[in-house]
Amino acid sequence: METFFLIAIVLLIFLVIFQISKASEYVSVLKGEEKAMRQSNKINGFLMIAFLILGLIGVWYCNKLFYPGNLFSWGAASEEGLIIDKMMWTVIYITGFVFFATQILLFVFAYKYQYSDKRKALYYPHNNTLEFIWTSVPAITLTILIIIGLKHWFKFTGDAPKGSQIVEITGHQFAWEMRYPGKDGVLGRKNFKLTDAAKGNPLGIDWKDKASRDDVHVPTTMYVVVNKPVKLVINSQDVVHDVGLPAFRLKMDAVPGMPTTLFFTPIYTTEQMKEKTGNPDFEYEIVCDQLCGKGHFSMKGIVKVVTQVEYNAWFRNQKSAFARAQEAALSAMNEGEAPAKVDTQKDLALEN
Amino acid sequence: MTNEEALQHQTQVAHGAAVAAHVAHHKQSFITKYIFSQDHKIISRQFLITGIIWAVIGGFFSVLFRMQLGFPDQTFPWLEDIFGKWAEGGRISQDLYYTLVTMHGTILVFFVLTAGLSGTFSNFLIPLQVGARDMASPFVNMLSYWFFFAASVVMFSSLFVSTGGSSVGWTFYPPLSALGDAAEGAKTGMDLWLISIFLFIVSQLLGGLNYVVTIINMRTKGMFMTRLPLTIWSFMFTAILGILTFPVLLSAVVLLMFDRHLGTSFFLSDIVIQGKILPNEGGSPILFQHLFWFLGHPEVYIVALPAMGITSEVVSTNSRKPIFGYMAMVGSFFAISTLSMIVWAHHMFVSGMNPFLGSVFTLFTLLIAVPSAIKVFNWLTTLWRGNIIFTPAMLFSIGFVSLFISGGLTGIWLGNAAIDMHIHDTYFNIAHFHLVMGVASMFGMFAGVYHWFPKMFGRFMNKTLGYIHFWITIVCAYLIFWPMHYEGIAGMPRRYYDYSNWESFKMFEGLNTFIGYVVIIVFATQFLFIFNFFYSIYKGRKMTESNKNPWKATTLEWTTPPLPGHGNWEGEIPEVHRWAYDYSKGDRDFIPQTEPIGEDEGEH
Repeated sequence: METFFLIAIVLLIFLVIFQISKASEYVSVLKGEEKAMRQSNKINGFLMIAFLILGLIGVWYCNKLFYPGNLFSWGAASEEGLIIDKMMWTVIYITGFVFFATQILLFVFAYKYQYSDKRKALYYPHNNTLEFIWTSVPAITLTILIIIGLKHWFKFTGDAPKGSQIVEITGHQFAWEMRYPGKDGVLGRKNFKLTDAAKGNPLGIDWKDKASRDDVHVPTTMYVVVNKPVKLVINSQDVVHDVGLPAFRLKMDAVPGMPTTLFFTPIYTTEQMKEKTGNPDFEYEIVCDQLCGKGHFSMKGIVKVVTQVEYNAWFRNQKSAFARAQEAALSAMNEGEAPAKVDTQKDLALEN
Repeated sequence: MTNEEALQHQTQVAHGAAVAAHVAHHKQSFITKYIFSQDHKIISRQFLITGIIWAVIGGFFSVLFRMQLGFPDQTFPWLEDIFGKWAEGGRISQDLYYTLVTMHGTILVFFVLTAGLSGTFSNFLIPLQVGARDMASPFVNMLSYWFFFAASVVMFSSLFVSTGGSSVGWTFYPPLSALGDAAEGAKTGMDLWLISIFLFIVSQLLGGLNYVVTIINMRTKGMFMTRLPLTIWSFMFTAILGILTFPVLLSAVVLLMFDRHLGTSFFLSDIVIQGKILPNEGGSPILFQHLFWFLGHPEVYIVALPAMGITSEVVSTNSRKPIFGYMAMVGSFFAISTLSMIVWAHHMFVSGMNPFLGSVFTLFTLLIAVPSAIKVFNWLTTLWRGNIIFTPAMLFSIGFVSLFISGGLTGIWLGNAAIDMHIHDTYFNIAHFHLVMGVASMFGMFAGVYHWFPKMFGRFMNKTLGYIHFWITIVCAYLIFWPMHYEGIAGMPRRYYDYSNWESFKMFEGLNTFIGYVVIIVFATQFLFIFNFFYSIYKGRKMTESNKNPWKATTLEWTTPPLPGHGNWEGEIPEVHRWAYDYSKGDRDFIPQTEPIGEDEGEH
């Protein structure tokens, strides 16, 4: 019933608008087109300036509503992010100035030069000086922005600082997997053809590579140390995903068949950020930024930024992925699955 | 054979009718006149009406997915009535959500703003404004529409297959789009989607070749290239861009089809999906992205350029002033078109491609802001000291400039690779391209319809409805997209079905609800336009012979009879003596292009 009334009301509004519009057309024919044009011109001219003023108030009000509490307003939580924030502020000031200047000119001109019998439009087809100015000024400004941008771009996409912690992050529909090198500091080889979740090897790690034996695999949550650069090695198992780190201001795609990298240096621990934002539930969230299927929106990871001491304590408690795989194989054997048994025994024999 | 004779001959051959001067007066059946018509004016109307139908569908889809985002906890039983298992319990399913998002993008970008915009106005205005009786090849022109129609039928039917329409995004990145196991919408729906786009590309190429050939070869006497209205320049660059880039998309479509069905590995490598290990090795998803964006980026200019052309024309006519810096406008069209073909990889800064490439594309991307800035300043100067008449078309043109500024400036943020690392694929991006190419080009299209409706149908649209339509639409456009910038700088990702699980974006729940309401209002408002459009075709005030140049414009189309037949001019095609922008020159309000230059009068 409610829906019915709603539809009826909407139709009624339409009908009223239509009747008014039709009537106004008849009136304008009766009054003479010239006179009608002058009247509607006045109204629209007034609306132009009203739109400008209300729009500027709206811009201010929108900022009041959505800037405080915005992730951007807390400042970036990584060294690289701080540079990006700075660049963004530079661009905000430049484009903001141009925005207000041109929008104000546009609507003020529209209002000021609305039709009048007394005025004759100026025949003014071109002016080389003016055109030169507004070609060269934007060109110079943009060149400066390009230089600043590229300087940082090369830094962000260059080699990670020496002594960076390495973490491998692998995306699949619809979750993230982290892998840490063990004591040797080297991630073991992988081969996607070895992927077998049933045998405890969901990442396709090649156990034949000795470096892989002490690697640690943790789903969803990434532990990193504050003020220590982290180099991410980014993988995907199925479709294109994207490791998005909004609080650190960085992101990079995860492409199947082509590992990518990204580094950042967190400057606040998760606990510090909770205090800073006044939000006890704050987490550094990893968002997936590349459409990857129907669960795209739920593909969430967490970065826990902790102190070195906390990190060491945590890492000590982790079992290596190889140990887990062996456990998985053993439990499979105990369940007495004959073919699986033969396979795993052979595999283990080979590896050992 | 003179130009005039050639045109006559051409028209006769096309129709097999022995008509000389009065080309318009031969009898035609309903089918040849309105369905399989070769008259560019009818074909343009076909494009326009098909475009309007698609715009309603594409717009409605956005209402649906904004409802999901705006009211995630509510259920709407009527959705289940429409979508059945795709909206069980009155809530849009994830699969349907992504289909709606994909189709909204596809429909609006390709079917509405490419076919509906440049298909309509290139077809309608090129022969009328350059002084030709029809396109270079009316038959190919007709084929162009019917390929588009076929693409439309296939696309529409893809929505009804049991696994649903394509749900992989309008950018259809593989492996998602290549593997049926990756998503429901990557199964049969995706095949149909690819076939439809294939047909669409054929349509665009047939149309585009025709536009370019007509502009270059079939201008009337005296219509030098430097005397062309800016609309024609914009249509020409649009068509050239399409001809150069659509074939590359075609190659991406074909290769993707191979990967889907013939076991090739162009875009696939090292994939484990749903526990299955695929044999493909050595392919590159990045290669696809290069092929796609090689069209994908020029595509946004294919969408934007005609709107710029229409705006230039309408702003000049209704300011009663010549367009400021005509040659700079043409030059910037040229610069934009050229640069637009070497900026595509700015969509791929964070795709994992070589960072050095990223730097080259940052350079060109930011440079493209220069010709865009020239255009904006030239429009502003055209308004300055004009004598502005606010027709609905003029309002939409001013709206276009405003939206183009707002959306264009944020391109300077996104185009800078280092900043893009933060705001790429967030709502900032959504706000940017919807303002600068989505809503802005839509405004260009509205301006064109309001301005040339009398020429198309011989009747006027209702002005008051046009004013109401404009003011509600522009206010709503800003209400929807302006606050999205704030979501974007917070890093809120696009294409999410639900944000309630994310701590970082909780503060935007209320905003999404608000946007949901505004979307419904602005969608409803568009029916004022649609009603006005169809009502006026039959019942609008008639344009009479004495009032056949209602906006007092200088261009050739207004010298034709109020409702020109096939062939456009009765008798000779008029000769052109001056450029298209002699407004308020000397003591004259306007001087038509057909009037010879006076003895003591200089050319502009």
